[in-house]
Amino acid sequence: MEYLDNLPPMDLMRSEKMTFVQLIIPVESAHRAISYLGQLGLLQFRDLNDEKSPFQRTFVNQVKRCAEMSRKLRFFKDQIHKAGLLPSPHPASQPDIELEELEMQLAEHEHELIEMNSNTEKLQQTYNELLEFKMVLQKASDFLVSSRSNSTVQEREMVENVYSNDHYADTASLLEQEMQPGPSVQSGVRFVSGIICKSKVLTFERMLFRATRGNMFFNQAAADDQILDPSSNEMVEKTVFVVFFSGEQARTKILKICEAFGANCYPVPEDVTKRMQITREVSSRLSELETTLDAGTRHRDKALTSIGFQLAKWMNMVGREKAVYDTLNMLNFDVTKKCLVGEGWCPIFAKAKIQEALQRATFDSNSQVGIIFHVMDAVEPPPTYFRTNRFTSAFQEIVDAYGVANYQEANPAVYTVVTFPFLFAVMFGDWGHGICLLLGALVLIARERKLGSQKLGSFMEMLFGGRYVLLLMSIFSIYCGLIYNEFFSVPFHIFGESAYKCRDSSCSDARSIGLIKSRDPYPFGVDPSWRGSRTELPFLNSLKMKLSILLGVVQMNLGIILSYFNARFFGNSLDIKYQFVPQMIFLNCLFGYLSLLIVIKWCSGSQADLYHVMIYMFLSPFEDLGENKLFWGQGVLQVILLLCAVVAVPWMLFPKPFILKRLHTEISRPHIWVTWNL
Amino acid sequence: MYGFEALTFNIHSGYLEAIVRGHRSGLLTAADYNNLCQCETLDDIKMHLSATEYGPYLQNEPSPLHTTTIVEKCTLKLVDEYKHMLSQATEPLSTFLQYITYGHMIDNVVLIVTGTLHERDVHELLEKCHPLGMFDSIATLAVAQNMRELYRLVLVDTPLAPYFSECITSEDLDDMNIEIMRNTLYKAYLEDFYDFCQKLGGATAEIMSDLLAFEADRRAVNITINSIGTELTRDDRRKLYSNFGLLYPYGHEELAVCEDIDQVRGVMEKYPPYQTIFAKLSYGESQMLDKAFYEEEVKRLCLAFEQQFHYGVFFAYMRLREQEIRNLMWISECVAQNQKSRVHDSVVFIF
Repeated sequence: MEYLDNLPPMDLMRSEKMTFVQLIIPVESAHRAISYLGQLGLLQFRDLNDEKSPFQRTFVNQVKRCAEMSRKLRFFKDQIHKAGLLPSPHPASQPDIELEELEMQLAEHEHELIEMNSNTEKLQQTYNELLEFKMVLQKASDFLVSSRSNSTVQEREMVENVYSNDHYADTASLLEQEMQPGPSVQSGVRFVSGIICKSKVLTFERMLFRATRGNMFFNQAAADDQILDPSSNEMVEKTVFVVFFSGEQARTKILKICEAFGANCYPVPEDVTKRMQITREVSSRLSELETTLDAGTRHRDKALTSIGFQLAKWMNMVGREKAVYDTLNMLNFDVTKKCLVGEGWCPIFAKAKIQEALQRATFDSNSQVGIIFHVMDAVEPPPTYFRTNRFTSAFQEIVDAYGVANYQEANPAVYTVVTFPFLFAVMFGDWGHGICLLLGALVLIARERKLGSQKLGSFMEMLFGGRYVLLLMSIFSIYCGLIYNEFFSVPFHIFGESAYKCRDSSCSDARSIGLIKSRDPYPFGVDPSWRGSRTELPFLNSLKMKLSILLGVVQMNLGIILSYFNARFFGNSLDIKYQFVPQMIFLNCLFGYLSLLIVIKWCSGSQADLYHVMIYMFLSPFEDLGENKLFWGQGVLQVILLLCAVVAVPWMLFPKPFILKRLHTEISRPHIWVTWNL
Repeated sequence: MYGFEALTFNIHSGYLEAIVRGHRSGLLTAADYNNLCQCETLDDIKMHLSATEYGPYLQNEPSPLHTTTIVEKCTLKLVDEYKHMLSQATEPLSTFLQYITYGHMIDNVVLIVTGTLHERDVHELLEKCHPLGMFDSIATLAVAQNMRELYRLVLVDTPLAPYFSECITSEDLDDMNIEIMRNTLYKAYLEDFYDFCQKLGGATAEIMSDLLAFEADRRAVNITINSIGTELTRDDRRKLYSNFGLLYPYGHEELAVCEDIDQVRGVMEKYPPYQTIFAKLSYGESQMLDKAFYEEEVKRLCLAFEQQFHYGVFFAYMRLREQEIRNLMWISECVAQNQKSRVHDSVVFIF
């Protein structure tokens, strides 16, 4: 016991000692103080305004402004992404600017961008319409020509130009001249030509067929170019169609359907010369528009690139600012309204650093009054805080995934640094694979600085976060692989010759009768001769299984012993008496005994069947062990161990809850009594 | 009446049930509504919602917000969730999920047809449609002149086609016709949905029959109240009631002859589950009836989550979300129009 008391304090194993502190910060230095504390990252504020909803808090307007700014920044990012520009990798260093200034700049940029976008959109729409018109002209004329040549009957086709595109205002005048009724309307066959999204063609045709009861003729041809859809900014494939029909009613129906399907109709003059003329005019206008559009896009790209230079920095700044105001919202005003009062937890070692940061804040903001920082007593239990570095943080995260330890509880992450990679290697053991893993881990570690600064994909980020885990896992895998003597599952004669050799030179009975032992045992790991032999699987399985049992029992013992140190630390004798002791007895009487048997079997070379021993230890404890006997007095020992284990179960399960219940009732009753007397 | 759903349910639908229960825990709580009701501006509402699951949908909206934007974005979230569930679902759950949207489909058809009748712009109407009830050729509805054409041109391709058999007439469309069409379609839809759920059996049938019966009865009451004083004959009115539910058949006979709201009340009070609803209302009042029904519905929908291994949770979740969006719309309208005293009139707390 004395020895245990004199153990070193195990700083590494327990979470940091915390203390509850109160800060009284003058209003003028509050913002700076919080941002310095944020950079330090060693103080956890308690929310003193828990009962207030977000928009009733003090700094709600600032938070809103930050949210608005980050919305604008997201808009820029989205625009830059859409324009296909890459955010510049080396942000030009610009002088720091104030938040207010940034807000103005952002608003300006946004206004500018929106205006440019709307201009471009208008132009784009006109351009699209002209482009569609041109395609319709090209394709539809093909249909018209072919249908003309096919019609041997005298019937002359009548063409009526249908013009239904309302927002096609600026080219209307041009087209109106062509809108004069064509040749006589005798046969009554007319057509509507237009263009529609390729995906809608089928339903469109079916709808037309139904609406006109089949009295129509539908011609379609895929358009040559894709057209930019202004709403989604994607290229869409379109199809040019020409519908022939007769009758006025059918015409209105068809036009309505066209409208419903979002098909743009363009008139195509029947006359070839007119068609040529319009095509030429449309083409010239198209090229004009194209140059304007290009200029606009270039202008916009330039604006976006200049924003892109600083986008990352701005985003960082706004995010930080928002975090500062969110933290300020957790603070309370004191009675005089001149100071903010904050409460929080900090590790004891960080007090000096925090004080230094606070002094810096007071000095930098030219405040008359310093920031008061003092320790208080707290009712609630302190938070758990582990100091980690880049090596241990990944292991701490693995442990935290199973549950965060209570304040000052023993931290299993310390052991996990070794046990986790080692247990992985026991399963993975292969030094060929281990070398591959090692190379991967080394690459990640060598490029640590570069990879750490950039954003990685979710999978890559996981690998990068666990790079030191990978490193240890690979090293242990190589070690275990050497023990298992496996290099991509092939054994190597690294540590000398095999201990076994063939019975004769022909080696004919190597697989049937077996080999004979000629030398000392193979010096390290599994003898390569086991590979390919008939007994390979039984031998290796038995070896690995027994190893696993030993490792598992050691691991479980470690866990239980840790719980002992926890109980001692918190002065909880109940846990030691009714949990730790019976657990130890139970575990070691059964599995500890098994481990002992395994070790004895290995050392003595006995051929006892351990399964049999363990099973019959329960089924018939008093029976003679016969050939399975490993040492003198084994039968008596087994009976004693079994009795201990049987006693340990009720000892472990029953007393503790009842004692806790008694303590609970004893403590709470007088307490209630006192409050009632008040 | 339980089958052995517990054995096999999770094979196909376990994942989605977990998803939908997760979504349910994201519904706004009474504390959220209390906070929302205290908001002064729409920006406050946005700020509050940004802490809920609606956050990502609203965060990119520029600052002068409108009620319509809020509602639109909230609906978008529901639609996204629905689409995710639908794409993960296998039969018969996928059919069940599709059934949920048919109601919106009927409403959309009616909206477009009425709109074109009053010569509204089709695109404007399309924007007003509920996104869950959209189908491919919905815009073409504007072309149709009468029921027959409506069916032959457009609806024959949609799942609503079988429900139309009752109302194919050559009559021209007018407001009255359309309303009758809506109710006939709804009746056919509810009956079909009910039969489908009965076919599924087990806890689904049990829970859904209760929920659908309530829906059918509510519609029956609404039809009665709305048709008082119109030229709809008793027989026609009788035809619009769904052939199941608590009121079927005797209650329907009595409802069909009602001439004013108090007679409706007299009929409904004979049924214990509805007694409590009408007990809350004073005589002659029909304004608060909607809210009372909504409250009762929400209560029943919440109960659907108490049992496991049935599809009712999907229906219940969709309905609860829709109620939540209605609440948000009401709150934002009240805030936008400075009518904060009326905020509590129509908000139905879900939890």
